[in-house]
Amino acid sequence: MGRTGTKSAKWGLGIAAVVIVVVIPSLNAFTPPGGLFHVSDFSINLYGKYLCYAILAVGVDMLWGYTGLLSLGQALFFTLGGYMMGMHLMRMIGDLGQYHQPIPDFLVFLGWHNLPAFWRPFDSFPFALLMAFLLPGLVALTFGYLAFRSRIRGVYFSILTQALTYAACLLFFRNSLLMGGNNGFTDFKFLLHHDLRVPATQRGLYVVTALVLLLVYAGCRWLSQTKFGLVQQAIRDSENRVLFSGYAAGYYKLFVFVLCALIAAAGGALYVPQVGIINPSEMSPEKSLEAVVWVAVGGRGTLVGPILGAIGVNALKSWTTRAFPDLWLLILGTLFVLVTVFMPKGIVGLPEQLHALRRPFGAKLTPAAPGPPEPEQESAKTR
Amino acid sequence: MSIGRKEFILTLEGVNKTFDGFKAISALNFYMDEGELRVIIGPNGAGKSTMLDLITGRSRPDSGKIEFGKDTDLTRLNEYQINRLGIGRKFQTPSIYNGHTVFENLLLSLKGSRSVVSSLFHHTTAQQRDRIDQVLVTVGLAERAEWQAGALSHGQKQWLEIGMLLAQEPKLLLVDEPAAGMSDEETSRTAQLLLSLEGRHSIAVIEHDMTFVREIARKVTVLHQGTILCEGSVDEVQNDERVIEVYLGRKHDAKRHL
Repeated sequence: MGRTGTKSAKWGLGIAAVVIVVVIPSLNAFTPPGGLFHVSDFSINLYGKYLCYAILAVGVDMLWGYTGLLSLGQALFFTLGGYMMGMHLMRMIGDLGQYHQPIPDFLVFLGWHNLPAFWRPFDSFPFALLMAFLLPGLVALTFGYLAFRSRIRGVYFSILTQALTYAACLLFFRNSLLMGGNNGFTDFKFLLHHDLRVPATQRGLYVVTALVLLLVYAGCRWLSQTKFGLVQQAIRDSENRVLFSGYAAGYYKLFVFVLCALIAAAGGALYVPQVGIINPSEMSPEKSLEAVVWVAVGGRGTLVGPILGAIGVNALKSWTTRAFPDLWLLILGTLFVLVTVFMPKGIVGLPEQLHALRRPFGAKLTPAAPGPPEPEQESAKTR
Repeated sequence: MSIGRKEFILTLEGVNKTFDGFKAISALNFYMDEGELRVIIGPNGAGKSTMLDLITGRSRPDSGKIEFGKDTDLTRLNEYQINRLGIGRKFQTPSIYNGHTVFENLLLSLKGSRSVVSSLFHHTTAQQRDRIDQVLVTVGLAERAEWQAGALSHGQKQWLEIGMLLAQEPKLLLVDEPAAGMSDEETSRTAQLLLSLEGRHSIAVIEHDMTFVREIARKVTVLHQGTILCEGSVDEVQNDERVIEVYLGRKHDAKRHL
């Protein structure tokens, strides 16, 4: 992307936003089923899921690509947000469950007759929404404070975040937590008096998800252009220099870590009513690893990259798991290796790479004359 | 102490530091005057960089006193707190933000608030731009303001880092081997740069290159085995029996090396 590229890039972004927010849901609502341009109810639900993952991916990249913090536990915050929303959805089932009791089925199954006290406030949607952010935010704040205060960096930070999500995964598998055990929550019926089994509700959820994704994108973009963003990327490039320049790098990292937990939580809270199920396997370590692969494939250190990566890899996953169900993990692993080796800048960096290939054969070998390296600088600005 | 009425900017007294049984710093006493330009030399492993680590809060002494100005105890503070007091440090290998432009590198180093909140709502003022331009001229990088720092030559990176220190307007500058890896011409420019700062800042320079030391040194401190071997002018130090022995003992041609 040169200087002329940024204008067309802006247009591209604008068009993509309109397509995602307006065109796709309109095609679902207003074209006849079976028509050439019709987007099926199944598809729009699937796309909604991809967009939730895209929200998660932007958060992963704010940490990894922009701050140099490779968190392998972002799925934890995603799932916690989802569980909090799920608790409300479970309460909205009312007595329409299998046991026709006024409490969730799994509690009946466990021998409960009354609702446990901590479940009660979740009858309120605002409370559930608040908790969907508060709980992941507090977990991130506590963990981040301890980790950054102890100056845990690099691979140790990655391992610890992975251990944290694994521990939470094991905790949520326990029935005694009263959070549905290994089955989690499912069989949702209503959200804010809208029937979740009706296409219009799912379409509405899709639009909300798309708008939240846009908001997250715009917010992160703004942040990356403030002085905070400069400090953030400075921490990635030379944390020592940041410390020895008077910045308490730990607090900057804590701010980003909590922010990205909240972003992940937003994705999770939107994911649950659309996918219709939440269980502890969502916070298993490989889920967080997958999110890292999306970012790597899309292009680390850019904000568009993670979105492209999350949608692309998940579309590939949907197709593969239908066509070759046993091969998915193998394909994912291969993809990660290939992208890391041959496309270090991911999909976003591909045009630049192809451009370099087009150059005369000999030209590639001569080092560029020292000068302001336009491409890098531009991409740094457009991030 | 009976050193008269002089005001020290930096005081180290009876400082000890041991790493896994290795005594890196041993009963070190070191005093620096306000506005002084001091050069610290010593063979490899003499404890020069460790001494800077102790002053700047990167590691803590096992015992001893490290004070900044009249009575600010540095041993209880961490890196960024010490930096905020007005102590800037330049590392041996250039430590700059490669992904940012030269201008942005200096912007992040400018004296001012370091809080998270202020960084979110920061607007660069005209005064700040002027100050950055000033620093750019001082370190000879005015033409390079919009370059990505990673694209600079090694020497330019070293100057940028010195510029970043200047932007902080520190009272005390600690400079670790600024001429390492530089050409003769670059070395001499670096010497001029440091000399031009003399008086406005107190500066301590660690250096190996004796031509460079000759060019800038007023007073030289020789460190050996974590303690001070001798102090004095370049000539005094070079003719000191103990210093010659230390360097000779390491199978160097002392006269040439010193």
